Amino acid sequence: MTVALDCEQVARRLSQAVPDSVLSLEKSAIVVKGEKLKEVAGFLKGDPDFSFDYLANLTAVDYLDRFEVVYHLVSLTHNHSLVLKVRCYERLKPTVPSVVGVWRAADFQEREVYDLMGIVFQGHPNLKRLFLWEDFAGHPLRKDYL
Amino acid sequence: MEIKGYEPVISIGDVDILEGRRIEELRAASQQPIADPDDWLEAELRRNILLTTVDYAVNWARSRSIFPLMFGLACCAFEMIATAASRFDIARFGMDIFRWSPRQADLMIVAGTITWKMAPAVKLIYEQMAEPKWVIAMGACAISGGTFRESYSVVPGLNRIVPVDVYVPGCPPRPEGLIHGIRLIHQKIMSESIKKR
Repeated sequence: MTVALDCEQVARRLSQAVPDSVLSLEKSAIVVKGEKLKEVAGFLKGDPDFSFDYLANLTAVDYLDRFEVVYHLVSLTHNHSLVLKVRCYERLKPTVPSVVGVWRAADFQEREVYDLMGIVFQGHPNLKRLFLWEDFAGHPLRKDYL
Repeated sequence: MEIKGYEPVISIGDVDILEGRRIEELRAASQQPIADPDDWLEAELRRNILLTTVDYAVNWARSRSIFPLMFGLACCAFEMIATAASRFDIARFGMDIFRWSPRQADLMIVAGTITWKMAPAVKLIYEQMAEPKWVIAMGACAISGGTFRESYSVVPGLNRIVPVDVYVPGCPPRPEGLIHGIRLIHQKIMSESIKKR
C-alpha cells in the first residue's frame, strides 16, 4: 500500500525549496499558491527524496465561493503519495497554471476539468472540451449549473 | 456319319417340343401389366408442394433469419451478450451471429444510455442499415432516458432520433425480456406485407 506522506514535513521542505509557496495545511493535503504551482510541481517531481513521477488523479471541487483543483501525486520509486490543492476565487474565468509540462497525464485530466468545471489551465497545449461537444453552453459540474 | 459310343439323349422331335414349351413359358411370364414409371411422383408431389402466399413465405424467412446489430452502449449490453451466449442461446431464433457492420444487420438492439455526443452515430448507423430493418430500444435509458432523463448529456428516449419498433423495459431487462421483445419483432414481421415496405 502506498504510504501517505506527512503534510507538515513536506510543507517544511517545500517552503525551504520554493519560498512563500504554501498557503495553508489541511489534515491530509497541502494548499499551495496558484502562481507557485509549476515550481512546486517541478520540485516535487525532480527532488530525489520525493520523486513524484506519477500524477494519479487531477480533479476539481466547487465550493461556491471558490474552486479547488486537487492533485493526487504518487511516487512509484518510493511508493508514497501526497495530495496538493490549489484554490481559485475567480468565478467568471477561473485560471490555474497547467502542469502538462511536468506530468503528461495532466493533459486529458485538465481538459476534463475545463469541460465540466470551466477552469482555464494557463499554458495547456490543447485546451478544448473533452466529453461534451463544441458550442455546449455552460459547465455542468458547477454547483450553480441548472 | 456315326460316332462310336455316342447315343443321342433326345430325338430331333423332342427338341422342337422343348423349344415350344420354353416360348410358351416366356409368353405366360410377360403377360402382367407394366408398372407406370412415374407412379412415385404422385406421392412426392403430395409431400413436397405447399400452397401459400408470397407474403407469408417471405415473412417466414425474414423473421427466422434476423441478424442483430451489436449496439451495446451501457450496462444493458451485458444482458444482451448473455442473451447471445449459450445459456439463453439466441441461435434458436436464427440469430446466430451478432453483426458489427450495419450493412449486414436487420435488427438494431440499442442497449443502454444514449448520450447526445453518441446520438449522431446512432442515427448514422441506423441509416446505414439496409431495408428491411427493425429497432429494439432495450432498457429504461434507451426508452426514455431512464434515471438520467434530466441530465444535460443524455437523449431522453431513442425515439427522438430513430423510429423504434419494440420497447423492452427493465433496468436492465433480463435476457428473457429481450427474447420476448425479439418474439414481438417476429410477430410484427409476420404481419407485414412486402408491398408496403
